Amino acid sequence: MTAKSAIFQKEKWVIPLQLGVTFLFFAIIEIAIELKWLNEYVLSRPSKIFFAFHRIIVEESILSYTAVTFMEVLGASLGLIFIAIPFGILLAQKKVLWQAWGDWVSALAAAPIVLLYPLFLVVFGRSPMTIIVIAFLTGFSPVVIKTVEGITNVRQVLKDVGRSFNLSAYQQFKLITLPAALPAIFLGLRLGLIYAMITVVAVEYLIDLGGLGNIVGELAERYDLPATYAAMCFVVGVSILFFAFLERLEKWLT
Amino acid sequence: MKVNKKPAVSVGGASSEQPVLVVDKISKVYQTNSGSLIAVDGMSFSVNPQEVVSVIGPSGCGKSTLFNLIGGLTPPSSGKISVSGMPVNGPHPSISMVFQEESIFPWRNVVNNVAFPLEINGVPKAEREEHARRFIQMVGLEGFENHTPSQLSGGMRQRVAIARGLASEPKLLLMDEPFAALDEQTRLLLGDKVIQMQQELKQTILLITHNITEAIQLSDRIVVMSYRPGRLKRIIDIDLPRPRTSEIVSSEEFGRYVAMIWDDLREEASKGMAAADSARATT
Ligand SMILES: Nc1ncnc2c1ncn2[C@@H]1O[C@H](COP(=O)(O)OP(=O)(O)OP(=O)(O)O)[C@@H](O)[C@H]1O
Ligand SMILES: [Mg+2]
Repeated sequence: MTAKSAIFQKEKWVIPLQLGVTFLFFAIIEIAIELKWLNEYVLSRPSKIFFAFHRIIVEESILSYTAVTFMEVLGASLGLIFIAIPFGILLAQKKVLWQAWGDWVSALAAAPIVLLYPLFLVVFGRSPMTIIVIAFLTGFSPVVIKTVEGITNVRQVLKDVGRSFNLSAYQQFKLITLPAALPAIFLGLRLGLIYAMITVVAVEYLIDLGGLGNIVGELAERYDLPATYAAMCFVVGVSILFFAFLERLEKWLT
Repeated sequence: MKVNKKPAVSVGGASSEQPVLVVDKISKVYQTNSGSLIAVDGMSFSVNPQEVVSVIGPSGCGKSTLFNLIGGLTPPSSGKISVSGMPVNGPHPSISMVFQEESIFPWRNVVNNVAFPLEINGVPKAEREEHARRFIQMVGLEGFENHTPSQLSGGMRQRVAIARGLASEPKLLLMDEPFAALDEQTRLLLGDKVIQMQQELKQTILLITHNITEAIQLSDRIVVMSYRPGRLKRIIDIDLPRPRTSEIVSSEEFGRYVAMIWDDLREEASKGMAAADSARATT
Protein backbone atom coordinates (compact mmCIF):
# COMPACT_ATOMS: atom_id res chain seq x y z
CA MET A 1 0.00 0.00 0.00
CA THR A 2 2.40 2.68 1.16
CA ALA A 3 6.12 2.61 0.56
CA LYS A 4 6.75 2.10 4.26
CA SER A 5 4.72 -1.05 4.64
CA ALA A 6 6.20 -2.42 1.43
CA ILE A 7 9.58 -2.58 3.15
CA PHE A 8 8.13 -4.71 5.91
CA GLN A 9 6.26 -6.93 3.51
CA LYS A 10 8.05 -10.26 3.75
CA GLU A 11 8.59 -12.38 0.67
CA LYS A 12 7.38 -15.98 0.86
CA TRP A 13 10.87 -17.48 0.83
CA VAL A 14 12.21 -15.39 3.73
CA ILE A 15 11.05 -17.68 6.53
CA PRO A 16 12.36 -20.94 4.96
CA LEU A 17 15.62 -19.10 4.28
CA GLN A 18 15.90 -17.94 7.90
CA LEU A 19 15.21 -21.46 9.16
CA GLY A 20 17.69 -22.90 6.69
CA VAL A 21 20.46 -20.53 7.75
CA THR A 22 19.78 -21.26 11.43
CA PHE A 23 19.89 -24.98 10.81
CA LEU A 24 23.12 -24.66 8.86
CA PHE A 25 24.64 -22.64 11.70
CA PHE A 26 23.78 -25.36 14.23
CA ALA A 27 25.07 -28.05 11.90
CA ILE A 28 28.42 -26.27 11.61
CA ILE A 29 28.72 -26.01 15.39
CA GLU A 30 27.83 -29.70 15.78
CA ILE A 31 30.54 -30.66 13.30
CA ALA A 32 33.05 -28.30 14.88
CA ILE A 33 32.48 -29.91 18.28
CA GLU A 34 32.66 -33.38 16.75
CA LEU A 35 36.03 -32.48 15.23
CA LYS A 36 37.13 -30.97 18.58
CA TRP A 37 37.60 -27.52 17.08
CA LEU A 38 35.26 -26.28 19.78
CA ASN A 39 35.27 -27.33 23.42
CA GLU A 40 32.14 -29.20 24.40
CA TYR A 41 32.41 -27.84 27.96
CA VAL A 42 32.03 -24.29 26.68
CA LEU A 43 29.49 -24.79 23.97
CA SER A 44 27.00 -27.66 23.99
CA ARG A 45 26.23 -29.78 21.00
CA PRO A 46 23.13 -28.42 19.26
CA SER A 47 21.71 -31.94 19.23
CA LYS A 48 21.93 -32.09 23.03
CA ILE A 49 20.47 -28.61 23.32
CA PHE A 50 17.62 -29.77 21.16
CA PHE A 51 16.82 -32.68 23.46
CA ALA A 52 17.22 -30.47 26.53
CA PHE A 53 14.18 -28.49 25.40
CA HIS A 54 11.94 -31.29 26.52
CA ARG A 55 13.63 -31.27 29.92
CA ILE A 56 13.37 -27.53 30.53
CA ILE A 57 9.72 -27.57 29.63
CA VAL A 58 8.68 -30.64 31.60
CA GLU A 59 11.14 -30.77 34.52
CA GLU A 60 12.12 -27.16 34.94
CA SER A 61 8.66 -25.84 34.01
CA ILE A 62 10.10 -22.97 31.99
CA LEU A 63 6.61 -21.96 30.94
CA SER A 64 5.71 -20.79 34.43
CA TYR A 65 8.93 -18.73 34.46
CA THR A 66 7.81 -17.29 31.13
CA ALA A 67 4.54 -16.27 32.71
CA VAL A 68 6.43 -14.41 35.46
CA THR A 69 8.54 -12.58 32.89
CA PHE A 70 5.44 -11.81 30.92
CA MET A 71 3.72 -10.29 33.95
CA GLU A 72 6.75 -8.12 34.65
CA VAL A 73 6.92 -6.91 31.05
CA LEU A 74 3.21 -6.22 31.24
CA GLY A 75 3.74 -4.17 34.40
CA ALA A 76 6.42 -2.11 32.68
CA SER A 77 4.16 -1.69 29.61
CA LEU A 78 1.35 -0.33 31.75
CA GLY A 79 3.80 2.17 33.22
CA LEU A 80 4.95 3.18 29.73
CA ILE A 81 1.39 3.57 28.48
CA PHE A 82 -0.09 5.33 31.47
CA ILE A 83 2.90 7.33 32.70
CA ALA A 84 5.43 7.81 29.89
CA ILE A 85 2.94 8.68 27.11
CA PRO A 86 1.00 11.20 29.22
CA PHE A 87 4.30 12.68 30.39
CA GLY A 88 5.38 13.08 26.75
CA ILE A 89 2.04 14.67 25.91
CA LEU A 90 2.51 17.08 28.78
CA LEU A 91 6.04 18.01 27.71
CA ALA A 92 4.85 18.60 24.14
CA GLN A 93 2.32 21.21 25.23
CA LYS A 94 4.82 23.97 25.92
CA LYS A 95 8.17 24.56 24.32
CA VAL A 96 9.70 25.62 27.66
CA LEU A 97 8.68 22.34 29.26
CA TRP A 98 10.50 20.36 26.62
CA GLN A 99 13.48 22.71 26.79
CA ALA A 100 13.61 22.26 30.55
CA TRP A 101 13.09 18.49 30.62
CA GLY A 102 14.15 17.20 27.24
CA ASP A 103 17.83 16.94 28.08
CA TRP A 104 17.09 14.91 31.20
CA VAL A 105 14.93 12.52 29.24
CA SER A 106 17.64 12.11 26.61
CA ALA A 107 20.27 11.65 29.31
CA LEU A 108 18.15 8.90 30.83
CA ALA A 109 18.17 7.14 27.45
CA ALA A 110 21.96 7.02 27.54
CA ALA A 111 22.26 6.02 31.20
CA PRO A 112 23.01 2.35 31.98
CA ILE A 113 20.12 2.12 34.41
CA VAL A 114 20.47 -1.64 34.82
CA LEU A 115 23.75 -1.09 36.64
CA LEU A 116 21.91 0.84 39.32
CA TYR A 117 20.01 -2.28 40.36
CA PRO A 118 21.45 -2.37 43.90
CA LEU A 119 19.90 1.02 44.51
CA PHE A 120 16.50 -0.21 43.39
CA LEU A 121 16.91 -3.31 45.54
CA VAL A 122 17.29 -1.06 48.54
CA VAL A 123 14.21 0.96 47.65
CA PHE A 124 11.83 -1.76 46.41
CA GLY A 125 13.34 -4.87 47.99
CA ARG A 126 14.04 -8.13 46.18
CA SER A 127 10.64 -8.17 44.52
CA PRO A 128 9.14 -8.12 41.03
CA MET A 129 8.50 -4.44 41.63
CA THR A 130 12.23 -3.74 41.40
CA ILE A 131 12.35 -5.47 38.04
CA ILE A 132 9.27 -3.66 36.76
CA VAL A 133 10.56 -0.25 37.80
CA ILE A 134 13.99 -0.73 36.22
CA ALA A 135 12.40 -2.03 33.00
CA PHE A 136 9.97 0.87 32.97
CA LEU A 137 12.82 3.37 33.35
CA THR A 138 14.83 1.89 30.47
CA GLY A 139 11.76 2.09 28.22
CA PHE A 140 10.79 5.53 29.43
CA SER A 141 12.99 7.76 27.22
CA PRO A 142 12.13 6.40 23.77
CA VAL A 143 8.45 6.55 24.57
CA VAL A 144 8.61 10.12 25.85
CA ILE A 145 10.89 11.33 23.07
CA LYS A 146 8.79 9.79 20.28
CA THR A 147 5.57 11.08 21.85
CA VAL A 148 6.92 14.63 22.00
CA GLU A 149 8.26 14.30 18.45
CA GLY A 150 4.93 13.01 17.16
CA ILE A 151 2.94 15.79 18.75
CA THR A 152 5.23 18.67 17.84
CA ASN A 153 5.53 17.45 14.25
CA VAL A 154 1.82 17.52 13.50
CA ARG A 155 1.54 19.44 10.23
CA GLN A 156 0.41 23.03 10.67
CA VAL A 157 -2.23 22.70 7.97
CA LEU A 158 -3.97 19.89 9.88
CA LYS A 159 -4.07 22.09 12.97
CA ASP A 160 -5.43 24.90 10.79
CA VAL A 161 -8.22 22.64 9.55
CA GLY A 162 -9.19 22.07 13.17
CA ARG A 163 -9.09 25.78 13.88
CA SER A 164 -11.16 26.55 10.79
CA PHE A 165 -13.88 24.28 12.17
CA ASN A 166 -13.64 26.13 15.48
CA LEU A 167 -12.74 23.06 17.52
CA SER A 168 -12.36 23.34 21.27
CA ALA A 169 -8.90 22.65 22.70
CA TYR A 170 -10.07 19.21 23.79
CA GLN A 171 -11.54 18.38 20.34
CA GLN A 172 -8.42 19.66 18.65
CA PHE A 173 -6.33 17.27 20.75
CA LYS A 174 -8.62 14.27 20.47
CA LEU A 175 -9.55 14.59 16.80
CA ILE A 176 -6.38 16.00 15.27
CA THR A 177 -3.23 16.12 17.40
CA LEU A 178 -3.49 12.66 18.92
CA PRO A 179 -4.41 10.68 15.77
CA ALA A 180 -1.77 12.56 13.79
CA ALA A 181 0.87 11.74 16.42
CA LEU A 182 -0.22 8.15 16.96
CA PRO A 183 2.16 6.43 14.49
CA ALA A 184 5.14 8.10 16.20
CA ILE A 185 3.79 7.26 19.65
CA PHE A 186 3.41 3.59 18.70
CA LEU A 187 6.91 3.52 17.32
CA GLY A 188 8.20 4.87 20.63
CA LEU A 189 6.15 2.37 22.57
CA ARG A 190 7.49 -0.49 20.50
CA LEU A 191 11.09 0.63 21.08
CA GLY A 192 10.40 1.15 24.78
CA LEU A 193 8.89 -2.31 25.16
CA ILE A 194 11.84 -3.95 23.46
CA TYR A 195 14.20 -2.22 25.90
CA ALA A 196 11.92 -3.14 28.79
CA MET A 197 11.82 -6.81 27.77
CA ILE A 198 15.61 -7.04 27.54
CA THR A 199 15.96 -5.33 30.90
CA VAL A 200 13.46 -7.62 32.61
CA VAL A 201 15.42 -10.72 31.62
CA ALA A 202 18.75 -9.11 32.49
CA VAL A 203 17.66 -8.00 35.96
CA GLU A 204 16.03 -11.39 36.67
CA TYR A 205 19.39 -12.92 35.91
CA LEU A 206 21.30 -10.39 38.01
CA ILE A 207 19.18 -10.66 41.16
CA ASP A 208 18.18 -14.32 40.77
CA LEU A 209 14.53 -13.57 40.95
CA GLY A 210 11.49 -14.25 38.88
CA GLY A 211 11.29 -15.52 35.34
CA LEU A 212 13.37 -16.44 32.34
CA GLY A 213 16.55 -14.63 33.34
CA ASN A 214 16.42 -16.40 36.66
CA ILE A 215 16.09 -19.92 35.22
CA VAL A 216 18.96 -19.30 32.79
CA GLY A 217 21.07 -18.30 35.78
CA GLU A 218 20.05 -21.34 37.83
CA LEU A 219 20.78 -23.78 35.02
CA ALA A 220 24.16 -22.18 34.44
CA GLU A 221 25.02 -22.49 38.14
CA ARG A 222 24.16 -26.18 37.99
CA TYR A 223 26.48 -26.37 35.03
CA ASP A 224 23.74 -27.99 33.00
CA LEU A 225 25.08 -26.58 29.75
CA PRO A 226 22.63 -28.09 27.23
CA ALA A 227 19.68 -26.93 29.33
CA THR A 228 21.24 -23.47 29.80
CA TYR A 229 21.62 -23.03 26.08
CA ALA A 230 18.16 -24.42 25.47
CA ALA A 231 16.74 -21.89 27.94
CA MET A 232 18.64 -19.09 26.19
CA CYS A 233 17.25 -20.18 22.83
CA PHE A 234 13.85 -20.26 24.44
CA VAL A 235 14.28 -16.64 25.61
CA VAL A 236 15.32 -15.59 22.13
CA GLY A 237 12.27 -17.34 20.68
CA VAL A 238 9.95 -15.66 23.18
CA SER A 239 11.48 -12.26 22.37
CA ILE A 240 11.04 -12.80 18.65
CA LEU A 241 7.41 -13.74 19.14
CA PHE A 242 6.91 -10.74 21.40
CA PHE A 243 8.38 -8.29 18.85
CA ALA A 244 6.39 -9.84 16.03
CA PHE A 245 3.28 -9.50 18.14
CA LEU A 246 4.02 -5.80 18.78
CA GLU A 247 4.56 -5.20 15.08
CA ARG A 248 1.21 -6.80 14.29
CA LEU A 249 -0.52 -4.87 17.04
CA GLU A 250 0.93 -1.61 15.76
CA LYS A 251 -0.22 -2.31 12.22
CA TRP A 252 -3.64 -3.24 13.43
CA LEU A 253 -4.04 -0.15 15.59
CA THR A 254 -2.89 2.43 13.05
CA MET B 1 -23.73 42.39 -15.21
CA LYS B 2 -24.03 38.65 -15.65
CA VAL B 3 -26.88 37.78 -17.90
CA ASN B 4 -26.64 34.00 -17.74
CA LYS B 5 -26.62 33.74 -14.00
CA LYS B 6 -28.83 34.56 -11.12
CA PRO B 7 -32.43 34.02 -12.07
CA ALA B 8 -35.05 35.70 -9.89
CA VAL B 9 -34.60 33.01 -7.23
CA SER B 10 -31.92 33.85 -4.74
CA VAL B 11 -30.46 32.16 -1.69
CA GLY B 12 -31.92 32.33 1.76
CA GLY B 13 -35.29 33.70 0.65
CA ALA B 14 -34.32 37.31 1.17
CA SER B 15 -34.11 38.81 -2.27
CA SER B 16 -31.95 41.69 -1.11
CA GLU B 17 -28.60 41.27 -2.82
CA GLN B 18 -26.57 41.42 0.35
CA PRO B 19 -23.05 40.25 -0.50
CA VAL B 20 -21.94 36.98 1.08
CA LEU B 21 -18.48 38.36 1.72
CA VAL B 22 -17.34 41.91 2.21
CA VAL B 23 -13.64 42.64 2.53
CA ASP B 24 -13.18 46.22 3.65
CA LYS B 25 -9.74 47.91 3.50
CA ILE B 26 -8.06 44.87 4.94
CA SER B 27 -4.31 44.98 5.71
CA LYS B 28 -1.84 42.59 7.22
CA VAL B 29 1.63 43.50 8.37
CA TYR B 30 4.00 40.73 9.48
CA GLN B 31 6.81 41.54 11.89
CA THR B 32 9.89 39.70 10.69
CA ASN B 33 13.55 39.74 11.66
CA SER B 34 14.29 42.06 8.77
CA GLY B 35 11.60 44.57 9.71
CA SER B 36 7.90 44.67 8.99
CA LEU B 37 6.47 43.20 5.81
CA ILE B 38 3.22 44.44 4.37
CA ALA B 39 1.67 41.26 3.01
CA VAL B 40 -1.79 42.64 2.23
CA ASP B 41 -2.39 46.36 1.88
CA GLY B 42 -5.84 47.92 2.06
CA MET B 43 -7.75 45.46 -0.11
CA SER B 44 -11.49 45.86 -0.60
CA PHE B 45 -13.90 43.75 -2.61
CA SER B 46 -17.05 41.75 -2.14
CA VAL B 47 -18.52 38.48 -3.31
CA ASN B 48 -22.21 38.23 -4.12
CA PRO B 49 -24.48 35.22 -3.55
CA GLN B 50 -23.87 32.37 -6.01
CA GLU B 51 -20.93 34.16 -7.49
CA VAL B 52 -17.52 32.64 -8.19
CA VAL B 53 -14.73 35.14 -7.65
CA SER B 54 -11.05 34.40 -8.12
CA VAL B 55 -8.15 36.22 -6.56
CA ILE B 56 -5.12 35.96 -8.78
CA GLY B 57 -1.59 37.15 -8.18
CA PRO B 58 2.03 36.09 -8.52
CA SER B 59 3.70 33.78 -6.02
CA GLY B 60 4.33 35.45 -2.69
CA CYS B 61 2.00 38.41 -3.26
CA GLY B 62 -0.05 37.64 -0.16
CA LYS B 63 -2.78 35.34 -1.45
CA SER B 64 -2.55 32.80 1.35
CA THR B 65 -2.39 35.64 3.84
CA LEU B 66 -5.65 36.98 2.43
CA PHE B 67 -7.10 33.45 2.62
CA ASN B 68 -6.18 33.15 6.30
CA LEU B 69 -7.55 36.61 7.01
CA ILE B 70 -10.92 35.84 5.43
CA GLY B 71 -11.07 32.43 7.10
CA GLY B 72 -10.45 34.11 10.46
CA LEU B 73 -7.25 32.17 11.17
CA THR B 74 -5.08 35.32 11.18
CA PRO B 75 -6.25 38.59 12.71
CA PRO B 76 -5.96 41.57 10.34
CA SER B 77 -3.71 44.51 11.20
CA SER B 78 -6.51 46.79 10.10
CA GLY B 79 -9.75 46.66 8.18
CA LYS B 80 -12.90 44.58 8.46
CA ILE B 81 -14.29 41.39 7.00
CA SER B 82 -17.91 40.29 7.19
CA VAL B 83 -19.87 37.25 6.06
CA SER B 84 -23.57 37.73 5.36
CA GLY B 85 -23.38 40.92 7.36
CA MET B 86 -21.73 39.32 10.39
CA PRO B 87 -18.20 40.41 11.27
CA VAL B 88 -15.46 37.78 11.07
CA ASN B 89 -13.37 37.83 14.24
CA GLY B 90 -12.19 34.24 14.08
CA PRO B 91 -13.13 31.01 12.35
CA HIS B 92 -16.69 31.33 11.16
CA PRO B 93 -19.18 28.49 10.61
CA SER B 94 -20.42 30.12 7.40
CA ILE B 95 -17.02 29.76 5.78
CA SER B 96 -15.32 26.50 4.75
CA MET B 97 -11.64 26.55 3.96
CA VAL B 98 -9.88 24.33 1.45
CA PHE B 99 -6.15 24.65 1.97
CA GLN B 100 -3.27 24.94 -0.50
CA GLU B 101 -1.40 22.12 1.21
CA GLU B 102 -2.82 18.66 1.46
CA SER B 103 -5.16 18.81 4.40
CA ILE B 104 -7.30 15.69 4.60
CA PHE B 105 -6.77 13.44 7.60
CA PRO B 106 -4.60 10.45 6.63
CA TRP B 107 -6.04 8.36 9.49
CA ARG B 108 -9.64 8.66 8.30
CA ASN B 109 -11.17 7.08 5.24
CA VAL B 110 -12.95 9.18 2.62
CA VAL B 111 -16.41 9.08 4.21
CA ASN B 112 -15.10 9.92 7.65
CA ASN B 113 -13.03 12.77 6.28
CA VAL B 114 -16.01 14.28 4.51
CA ALA B 115 -18.33 13.68 7.48
CA PHE B 116 -15.88 15.38 9.86
CA PRO B 117 -17.70 18.74 10.10
CA LEU B 118 -20.95 16.91 10.87
CA GLU B 119 -19.28 14.67 13.41
CA ILE B 120 -18.05 17.63 15.45
CA ASN B 121 -21.57 19.02 15.40
CA GLY B 122 -22.90 15.80 16.88
CA VAL B 123 -24.83 14.51 13.85
CA PRO B 124 -25.53 10.75 14.32
CA LYS B 125 -23.28 8.38 12.40
CA ALA B 126 -25.76 7.00 9.87
CA GLU B 127 -27.13 10.41 9.06
CA ARG B 128 -23.77 12.10 8.62
CA GLU B 129 -22.46 9.29 6.42
CA GLU B 130 -25.44 9.55 4.15
CA HIS B 131 -24.95 13.29 3.97
CA ALA B 132 -21.24 12.82 3.24
CA ARG B 133 -21.99 10.36 0.43
CA ARG B 134 -23.91 13.03 -1.39
CA PHE B 135 -20.90 15.33 -1.51
CA ILE B 136 -18.53 12.49 -2.31
CA GLN B 137 -20.67 11.75 -5.31
CA MET B 138 -20.72 15.41 -6.25
CA VAL B 139 -16.93 15.55 -6.52
CA GLY B 140 -16.98 12.28 -8.48
CA LEU B 141 -15.55 9.93 -5.88
CA GLU B 142 -18.40 7.45 -5.49
CA GLY B 143 -16.98 3.99 -4.99
CA PHE B 144 -14.02 5.36 -3.01
CA GLU B 145 -15.93 5.98 0.22
CA ASN B 146 -13.97 3.44 2.21
CA HIS B 147 -10.56 4.12 0.71
CA THR B 148 -7.86 5.66 2.86
CA PRO B 149 -6.10 8.80 1.63
CA SER B 150 -2.92 6.86 0.92
CA GLN B 151 -4.85 4.87 -1.67
CA LEU B 152 -5.90 7.99 -3.58
CA SER B 153 -4.13 10.22 -6.10
CA GLY B 154 -3.30 13.84 -5.30
CA GLY B 155 -6.25 15.09 -7.33
CA MET B 156 -8.64 12.75 -5.56
CA ARG B 157 -7.34 13.86 -2.18
CA GLN B 158 -8.01 17.50 -3.02
CA ARG B 159 -11.53 16.53 -4.10
CA VAL B 160 -12.03 14.92 -0.70
CA ALA B 161 -10.91 18.20 0.88
CA ILE B 162 -13.45 20.08 -1.25
CA ALA B 163 -16.21 17.61 -0.36
CA ARG B 164 -15.35 18.05 3.33
CA GLY B 165 -15.55 21.82 2.85
CA LEU B 166 -18.95 21.49 1.21
CA ALA B 167 -20.32 19.06 3.80
CA SER B 168 -20.78 21.81 6.38
CA GLU B 169 -22.94 23.64 3.82
CA PRO B 170 -21.07 26.92 4.11
CA LYS B 171 -22.32 30.21 2.75
CA LEU B 172 -18.86 30.73 1.30
CA LEU B 173 -16.42 28.09 0.08
CA LEU B 174 -12.96 29.55 0.36
CA MET B 175 -10.24 27.74 -1.60
CA ASP B 176 -6.50 28.47 -1.65
CA GLU B 177 -4.89 27.09 -4.83
CA PRO B 178 -6.57 23.72 -4.36
CA PHE B 179 -5.18 22.34 -7.60
CA ALA B 180 -1.74 23.97 -7.53
CA ALA B 181 0.06 20.66 -7.06
CA LEU B 182 -1.73 18.92 -9.94
CA ASP B 183 -0.90 18.63 -13.61
CA GLU B 184 -2.66 20.84 -16.13
CA GLN B 185 -5.00 18.19 -17.57
CA THR B 186 -6.19 17.04 -14.17
CA ARG B 187 -6.61 20.65 -13.18
CA LEU B 188 -8.87 21.40 -16.17
CA LEU B 189 -11.01 18.33 -15.54
CA LEU B 190 -11.32 19.14 -11.85
CA GLY B 191 -12.33 22.62 -12.92
CA ASP B 192 -15.28 21.02 -14.71
CA LYS B 193 -16.18 19.17 -11.53
CA VAL B 194 -16.11 22.40 -9.56
CA ILE B 195 -18.33 24.08 -12.14
CA GLN B 196 -20.88 21.25 -11.97
CA MET B 197 -20.85 21.30 -8.19
CA GLN B 198 -21.24 25.05 -8.15
CA GLN B 199 -24.26 24.88 -10.48
CA GLU B 200 -25.89 22.16 -8.47
CA LEU B 201 -25.47 23.81 -5.08
CA LYS B 202 -25.50 27.42 -6.25
CA GLN B 203 -22.41 27.64 -4.09
CA THR B 204 -20.72 30.98 -3.54
CA ILE B 205 -16.99 30.52 -4.03
CA LEU B 206 -13.87 32.57 -3.48
CA LEU B 207 -10.99 30.85 -5.25
CA ILE B 208 -7.41 31.87 -4.74
CA THR B 209 -5.09 30.92 -7.58
CA HIS B 210 -2.06 31.88 -9.58
CA ASN B 211 -3.33 30.07 -12.66
CA ILE B 212 -4.87 32.34 -15.29
CA THR B 213 -6.70 29.57 -17.16
CA GLU B 214 -8.24 28.23 -13.99
CA ALA B 215 -9.35 31.70 -12.90
CA ILE B 216 -11.08 32.47 -16.22
CA GLN B 217 -12.55 28.97 -16.58
CA LEU B 218 -14.29 29.15 -13.22
CA SER B 219 -14.99 32.77 -12.36
CA ASP B 220 -17.57 35.46 -12.78
CA ARG B 221 -15.06 38.04 -11.64
CA ILE B 222 -11.33 38.07 -11.13
CA VAL B 223 -9.53 40.16 -8.53
CA VAL B 224 -5.97 40.82 -9.67
CA MET B 225 -3.43 41.42 -6.91
CA SER B 226 -0.19 43.37 -7.15
CA TYR B 227 3.11 42.15 -5.72
CA ARG B 228 4.51 43.75 -2.54
CA PRO B 229 2.56 45.23 -1.14
CA GLY B 230 -0.35 42.96 -1.98
CA ARG B 231 -2.90 45.44 -3.24
CA LEU B 232 -5.96 45.20 -5.39
CA LYS B 233 -4.84 46.04 -8.89
CA ARG B 234 -8.00 45.51 -10.88
CA ILE B 235 -11.27 43.61 -10.92
CA ILE B 236 -12.17 41.99 -14.24
CA ASP B 237 -15.65 40.74 -15.15
CA ILE B 238 -15.64 37.49 -17.07
CA ASP B 239 -18.63 37.53 -19.40
CA LEU B 240 -18.34 34.03 -20.77
CA PRO B 241 -21.54 32.02 -21.15
CA ARG B 242 -22.56 29.48 -18.52
CA PRO B 243 -22.74 26.57 -18.08
CA ARG B 244 -19.10 26.29 -19.02
CA THR B 245 -16.85 23.34 -19.56
CA SER B 246 -13.12 23.12 -19.96
CA GLU B 247 -13.61 23.24 -23.74
CA ILE B 248 -14.05 26.94 -23.35
CA VAL B 249 -10.29 27.39 -22.98
CA SER B 250 -9.86 27.08 -26.72
CA SER B 251 -12.36 29.81 -27.57
CA GLU B 252 -11.28 33.15 -28.92
CA GLU B 253 -12.92 35.14 -26.15
CA PHE B 254 -11.09 33.07 -23.60
CA GLY B 255 -7.84 33.93 -25.28
CA ARG B 256 -8.65 37.63 -25.06
CA TYR B 257 -9.21 37.33 -21.31
CA VAL B 258 -5.95 35.46 -20.91
CA ALA B 259 -4.11 38.23 -22.75
CA MET B 260 -5.81 40.88 -20.67
CA ILE B 261 -4.97 39.26 -17.33
CA TRP B 262 -1.47 38.32 -18.35
CA ASP B 263 -0.91 41.95 -19.26
CA ASP B 264 -1.76 42.91 -15.68
CA LEU B 265 0.10 40.05 -14.11
CA ARG B 266 3.30 40.14 -16.13
CA GLU B 267 4.45 43.33 -14.49
CA GLU B 268 3.68 42.00 -11.01
CA ALA B 269 5.16 38.58 -11.65
CA SER B 270 8.42 40.06 -12.88
CA LYS B 271 8.57 42.25 -9.77
CA GLY B 272 8.14 39.07 -7.76
CA MET B 273 10.88 37.29 -9.68
CA ALA B 274 13.27 40.20 -9.26
CA ALA B 275 12.59 40.23 -5.52
CA ALA B 276 13.17 36.47 -5.30
CA ASP B 277 16.41 36.76 -7.29
CA SER B 278 17.79 39.56 -5.13
CA ALA B 279 16.80 37.65 -1.99
CA ARG B 280 18.78 34.69 -3.29
CA ALA B 281 21.71 36.93 -4.19
CA THR B 282 21.95 38.30 -0.64
CA THR B 283 21.90 34.92 1.05
N1 LIG C 1 3.54 34.07 9.30
C1 LIG C 1 4.30 34.87 8.54
N2 LIG C 1 5.26 35.63 9.10
C2 LIG C 1 6.02 36.46 8.35
N3 LIG C 1 5.91 36.57 7.01
C3 LIG C 1 5.00 35.84 6.38
C4 LIG C 1 4.13 34.94 7.12
N4 LIG C 1 3.31 34.34 6.23
C5 LIG C 1 3.64 34.83 5.03
N5 LIG C 1 4.63 35.73 5.10
C6 LIG C 1 5.21 36.49 4.00
O1 LIG C 1 4.18 37.23 3.40
C7 LIG C 1 4.30 37.22 1.98
C8 LIG C 1 3.04 36.68 1.37
O2 LIG C 1 2.94 35.30 1.67
P1 LIG C 1 1.71 34.42 1.19
O3 LIG C 1 1.95 33.05 1.67
O4 LIG C 1 0.47 35.09 1.60
O5 LIG C 1 1.89 34.49 -0.39
P2 LIG C 1 1.13 33.66 -1.53
O6 LIG C 1 0.68 34.65 -2.51
O7 LIG C 1 0.14 32.76 -0.95
O8 LIG C 1 2.32 32.82 -2.15
P3 LIG C 1 2.25 31.39 -2.92
O9 LIG C 1 1.74 31.67 -4.30
O10 LIG C 1 3.67 30.96 -2.94
O11 LIG C 1 1.35 30.51 -2.15
C9 LIG C 1 5.52 36.39 1.66
O12 LIG C 1 6.59 37.26 1.42
C10 LIG C 1 5.77 35.59 2.91
O13 LIG C 1 7.13 35.34 3.08
MG1 LIG D 1 -0.16 30.66 -0.98
